Amino acid sequence: MLTVENRPKRDGIILFSDYKAGSGIRRSVEMGRENVLFELRESKLKGRGGAGFSTATKWMLTAAASGEIKYIVCNADEGEPGTFKDKVLLTEYPDLVFDGMVVAGFTIGAKKGLVYLRGEYVYMLKSLERYLDRMRTYNLLGKNILGKEGFDFDIEIRLGAGAYVCGEETALIESLEGHRGEPRNRPPYPVNTGYMGCPTVVNNVETLASVPNILIKGGAWFAKHGTDKSTGSKLFSISGDCKKPGVYELPWGITIDEVLKIVEAENTKAVQVGGASGSCIPKKCFDRKLAYEDAATGGSIMIFNESRNMLNVLKNFMEFFVEESCGQCTPCRVGNVKLLEGIEMIENNEYTFRYINQLKDLCKTMQLASKCGLGQSSPNSFLSILENFKEEIFFKNGNGVYHG
Amino acid sequence: MDKKDKLRAPVSQQPLKVEKPADTNTIGGTISVQLNEKKVVVPFGTTILDACKENQIYIPTLCHHSDLCIAGNCRVCLVEVEGMRTLQTACSFPITSNIKIRTSTENVRKARRHVIDLLLSEHYGDCYACVRNNNCELQSLAKEYGVDSFTFGHIKEPKYEIDNSSPSVIRDMNKCVNCRRCVRTCIDLQEVGVLEAVGRGNETKITTFMDKPLADVICINCGQCINRCPTGALHANDPSDDIWRAIDDPTKHVVIQTAPSPRAAIAEEFGFPAGTSMTQELNTALRRIGFDKVFDTNFSADLTIMEEGTELLHRLKSKIVEKDDSVKLPQFTSCSPGWVKYIEHFYPDYLDHLSTAKSPQQMFGAVLKTFYAQEYWIDPKDIVTVAVMPCSAKKFECNRPEMNSSGFKDVDYGLTTRELAKMIREAGIHLPEMPKSGFDDPFGEASGAGLIFGATGGVMEAALRTAYELITGREVPFKDLKIEPCRGFEGVKKASVLLEGCKPDYSFLEGVELKFMVAHGTANAMTVMEMLKRGEIDDVHFIEIMGCPGGCIGGGGQPIPTSQEIRTKRAEAIYKEEEGLPIRKSHDNPHITYIYEKFFKEGPCSELSHKLLHTHYTKRGKYIV
Repeated sequence: MLTVENRPKRDGIILFSDYKAGSGIRRSVEMGRENVLFELRESKLKGRGGAGFSTATKWMLTAAASGEIKYIVCNADEGEPGTFKDKVLLTEYPDLVFDGMVVAGFTIGAKKGLVYLRGEYVYMLKSLERYLDRMRTYNLLGKNILGKEGFDFDIEIRLGAGAYVCGEETALIESLEGHRGEPRNRPPYPVNTGYMGCPTVVNNVETLASVPNILIKGGAWFAKHGTDKSTGSKLFSISGDCKKPGVYELPWGITIDEVLKIVEAENTKAVQVGGASGSCIPKKCFDRKLAYEDAATGGSIMIFNESRNMLNVLKNFMEFFVEESCGQCTPCRVGNVKLLEGIEMIENNEYTFRYINQLKDLCKTMQLASKCGLGQSSPNSFLSILENFKEEIFFKNGNGVYHG
Repeated sequence: MDKKDKLRAPVSQQPLKVEKPADTNTIGGTISVQLNEKKVVVPFGTTILDACKENQIYIPTLCHHSDLCIAGNCRVCLVEVEGMRTLQTACSFPITSNIKIRTSTENVRKARRHVIDLLLSEHYGDCYACVRNNNCELQSLAKEYGVDSFTFGHIKEPKYEIDNSSPSVIRDMNKCVNCRRCVRTCIDLQEVGVLEAVGRGNETKITTFMDKPLADVICINCGQCINRCPTGALHANDPSDDIWRAIDDPTKHVVIQTAPSPRAAIAEEFGFPAGTSMTQELNTALRRIGFDKVFDTNFSADLTIMEEGTELLHRLKSKIVEKDDSVKLPQFTSCSPGWVKYIEHFYPDYLDHLSTAKSPQQMFGAVLKTFYAQEYWIDPKDIVTVAVMPCSAKKFECNRPEMNSSGFKDVDYGLTTRELAKMIREAGIHLPEMPKSGFDDPFGEASGAGLIFGATGGVMEAALRTAYELITGREVPFKDLKIEPCRGFEGVKKASVLLEGCKPDYSFLEGVELKFMVAHGTANAMTVMEMLKRGEIDDVHFIEIMGCPGGCIGGGGQPIPTSQEIRTKRAEAIYKEEEGLPIRKSHDNPHITYIYEKFFKEGPCSELSHKLLHTHYTKRGKYIV
């Protein structure tokens, strides 16, 4: 295990290991589509954006969907608070990401790939485009890639404009089409009706970057890492109260305790796993594993030590959601405002537990009734912080008596 | 006909793309689902909402509207689908597999109630001080779900200023629930695109380009958004206080004209089903309210037919005989002020195609303040003319600066069906109980041709009845004068009639196939205009376009709610009433003959009629400074 700051070296497990640019594409052409999908299924690779949908299934559905034109979209709208792993991948390992896209294009029969790059990452646009040009000169992009007749694929980079919700795949597609970035109704899913109404694969940067190594070293090799349900390794963006924040490649299944040791965190009170939309884990649960089946995360790990006021932490998250909700559906648009107002009530000691419980009830509705993942997950931190830190929040800010 | 340009509305708000099988009798054409305790079979791709409706299960909705594409925004129609982590919106979920649906679980009820509570918390105002009291979908939802307190509070101060810049549509965004029906109406149904959501999160609001007042954008005033707004956020600019003032003023002679569409729909405001016509009851009610005279707009509709029909014949003659290329064909009708403003904004280079004849409302106003004033020795400055119209754009039309050819404002106030119903209630009158009475002289009863103006295709039918007979001396070759190709709700209709055995004056038309088209709703108008641009319909002679879907019966001033079913019934009521009338052709109306002999002297399109009954248009364009 290697500590990675801004300049990771190539001796990590999978992503941060040696890779020769273009070799993944070459391998996929040698193997053929079916075998690519087979290896991918063997690897049990799941989406790295946070939702954890099986990548092989997504590709298979898109490959099987009817339609002449298909698209690959790389979701590089890294907006979850506390996440910065895609930035490292795109600046240090564009070969992995773009090769992954080309392989995806080859597998599902797409001729075009789109990178939806976060607006704030505009500074890397030039270098990424230079890299794409280089790929074109080496015939890793363009017509008849690597001499394979009919294997045409090219990549275009589009910039986002700073909306958090555009990281949601259907909102991202709306934004790519030039509309207001708002999630669509599902079903139909993008695998059938995506960009411009065509079957579309939307994958996270890290998911695509994992693909080339799976092809070269085999799905079974990949599945050896991590746990049974969460295979391979994961890039964690670790920030907050620790001595060595940064991006780390660690195997799935590592406990929070172990992570805290690696980054040399002390006096840790809580760890927010999964960014603002994730959940807050208190000290007594630090033996929990980082994995899809336990504490799931798209990569964001935020560490809070004893000096932090958890109510402030929560308020910060809720302010974020109030601002970043797309404003389309009622539970998210109004619900988040109500949660924030509830937090302010606690702050000002103007709350009743009856109302707080009503808000917790509302949280459940938001999780069930919101249109997209934003509203469905925004109550997570509200629920977990109020539950896990009730003594601190209600003793410190309340009248001294906790009524439960 | 041509397909609409599909890129205008975002995919998130477009109809579901589920390939429905053509034949539901084949294998795979239908699918069986578990609906609560019942197993039902529905066509593949049916939405859960429709499946429930078929099976007598009521699902509450708010952002859903049968005329509009699906949104799934409000989250009121939630149901549980077994195996899915979250609740699903019934309006947007297509049934494509054997799912199990439950429509009334604890989670469902709780979530629906929460959504209603949240909507109420940001919905400013009190129900009793609202134009939509008792006809508000949010209010009904609150009642259905037993809301007796504001669980999550209630907004105390209004957030937005009321936009009352437009003479037609008033926007009070404090009552908006962000269902975006107006947005979808404007962009998808009407293809105008004035309204859009801006801002994010709790700052989201529906507004115009650059937040400009409605009067300064390309709004065509059709008021379709009003008809589909579930709350009181959008309503028409109500002049009834001014009208009451005029009625109460003994020096004013207040006359009112009623259009056929409000008469076919106003009963809905008094609890009757759609399709109940109350023309004669309305006459009595209006007199009791205090109007000095009650006239029938159909009279001026007949006048319009004479003027517009003659204009068409003149254009045909110039084109065919004199080979004058400056004369534009096809000629468009100009009765619909929504359509007129649409073409002024969107196709300003084609204004020469628009008939110069004023709309029936404006013609009547001009006649009242000249001919009528003379005949009855009333000073035109003391005459107040009110027009009951199914239309919010008529309010804008009567305020056009050029509409004062008599020296006075042709029509002083445009009143919608809804506002008239309010005035009737205010006067303590229950309309259905009124005894029947006719219209006042000197205009009396008009022909049925004017009556059918209310439904899409009606103007064309009325015009053909007159034009054909003027040209050939015979009645139109259709049974019972029913010109079927003009009727029905197809978006764009095209047909033709062969002119044979023409009278000597019109011998130049011998053997000509008179081609005509009918379109309703500005989305279909756009289709027609694009065809014209591409030169595909250069051979067409006359085109009727109405700005609202269904024509005037579906106008923006008509009772709320509206749906295709309601509009069909209103149209049926109009056609049925027309069949029973003794005079069914405009040129047979004796009052028309009289006014041309006595007043206009030289027949249609004479100098005086040009002055009083014709108008000109403004090239507005899309970019308003």
